[in-house]
Amino acid sequence: MRASLIILALAIVGCSQQTNQPNANYETLDEVISGYAFLQPETQALQDDEFSNPGYLWVDKGEALFNEPAANGQSCASCHTDEDRSLIGASTHFPKYDERAGTLINIEGRINLCRVTHQSVPKLEYESEHLLALTTYVANLSKGSRVAGELSPKVQSNYDNGQAYFNMRRGQFNLSCAQCHDDNAGKSLRGDTISQGHSNGFPTYRLEWQTLGSLHKRFQYCDIGVRAEPLPGGSQTYIDLEYFLANRGRGLQVETPAVRR
Amino acid sequence: MSSIRISIPETAEAGEVIEIKTLIQHPMESGFGRGARGQVIPRDIIQTFTCDYNGTTVFEAKFFPSTAANPFLTFFTRATKSGALTFTWTDLVGETWVETRNLIVSE
Amino acid sequence: MINQSLFTLNRRRLLQMGTGAIAITALPGLALADEKAFQASRKAAFGNTPINEGRVEVTLPPIAENGNSVPITVKVDSPMTDASHVKRIVILSPRNPVPDMSHYKLGPYTGRAEVSTRIRLAGTQSIEAIAEMNDGSLWSGSKSTVVTLAACAIL
Repeated sequence: MRASLIILALAIVGCSQQTNQPNANYETLDEVISGYAFLQPETQALQDDEFSNPGYLWVDKGEALFNEPAANGQSCASCHTDEDRSLIGASTHFPKYDERAGTLINIEGRINLCRVTHQSVPKLEYESEHLLALTTYVANLSKGSRVAGELSPKVQSNYDNGQAYFNMRRGQFNLSCAQCHDDNAGKSLRGDTISQGHSNGFPTYRLEWQTLGSLHKRFQYCDIGVRAEPLPGGSQTYIDLEYFLANRGRGLQVETPAVRR
Repeated sequence: MSSIRISIPETAEAGEVIEIKTLIQHPMESGFGRGARGQVIPRDIIQTFTCDYNGTTVFEAKFFPSTAANPFLTFFTRATKSGALTFTWTDLVGETWVETRNLIVSE
Repeated sequence: MINQSLFTLNRRRLLQMGTGAIAITALPGLALADEKAFQASRKAAFGNTPINEGRVEVTLPPIAENGNSVPITVKVDSPMTDASHVKRIVILSPRNPVPDMSHYKLGPYTGRAEVSTRIRLAGTQSIEAIAEMNDGSLWSGSKSTVVTLAACAIL
């Protein structure tokens, strides 16, 4: 079992070509490995099974919402048509700078922007069932594509902020993200093996949540885990952290909807 | 809106045993969990599941709080005649979710 | 099992907090089924009919990294014909708060005496599946799993 895990981990690393890429912005990890490699085989099998992976319940729901017209007759699919296929691979470029918003936004932010500007409907609340479903559907369209993790000078300050958050010790435990996910990834924390903390599977079906959740919900659980005050989902600092993580996990394949512990 | 997934073959030979898989979105609140303020979250589970094949019940399940959230089932049935398979989930207060799939059986 | 020391429970609760539980958790020890409840469920389902060991195969992973969702398959050795088939399968837990996990009704039309689902496990335990045949005989099989994070102890 262990041997197959290691082989799998190596295979994933081998595919990602991450080790051969110069990465000026991220030097700490020798090789970038998806959280998938840290799961037991039964959990991997659940993720791989495109029927019984419960995350697909949200993909299905998101697809239905994507095609549902708003009061003004516009659905997401009115612009993003099948022929257009513009959304395949799109999620690999998020978070990214948006001209209209004038700031760094993630997929959730982009969906809400489209709702307001093109569908004339209110924004969906962060972590709401519908926003999760739409985000999962859109991210799933890029499943198998590699996280682009581009850097733009326009949002350098967001990157710096995200990186600072990742490295900042906080909470009553006085721990940073980096202390677990950079310094001790692969080691055991009680019954768990610490992953590298990548974002390529989100939104993710977590067994602990018994439901699907966003990356920001995962951040909140990490913050609470170290006894720090969690930030609200969709807050700019979490989006900045998401941006930093996309660069840190550059080259990983999108796994949405992944299954995690 | 509960999301439901059902997997059955589109066609089968008469007498062939077919595999059926079902997945339904439901929290399956056990009644033992507690919310953020320590309050008990009331039990809210799907209690029964039935699969009817041309009007005859061919498989029945009764669930308890031990069934994982978003109940998943794999079971089998013998294809006899072309027709409808109806899947019904019922929760503790009697709310039901019903889905139907057609099976073509060649004799 | 029920007499698990408070020390262990406290350690476990501390552990969950450390791994990110969001708030207060139920005391798992108080809600666990005991041997008596387990036997009562067995009796409620099958009366005093003797239960034979064999013909039932339970498949569970040896280790469950999270007790919230563990795949289980129960297979019964039966031709599933009109003359000889499984009528009922009952899955029981000696350690969950409710010993009955799930019940299934089958018949000759089922074709194959096999069912898979995903269950919650409130801790390391041995799960028992009992099959009732059309001749009234009862057969059982069981399988144990080590749960590294108990389901009812986390949010």
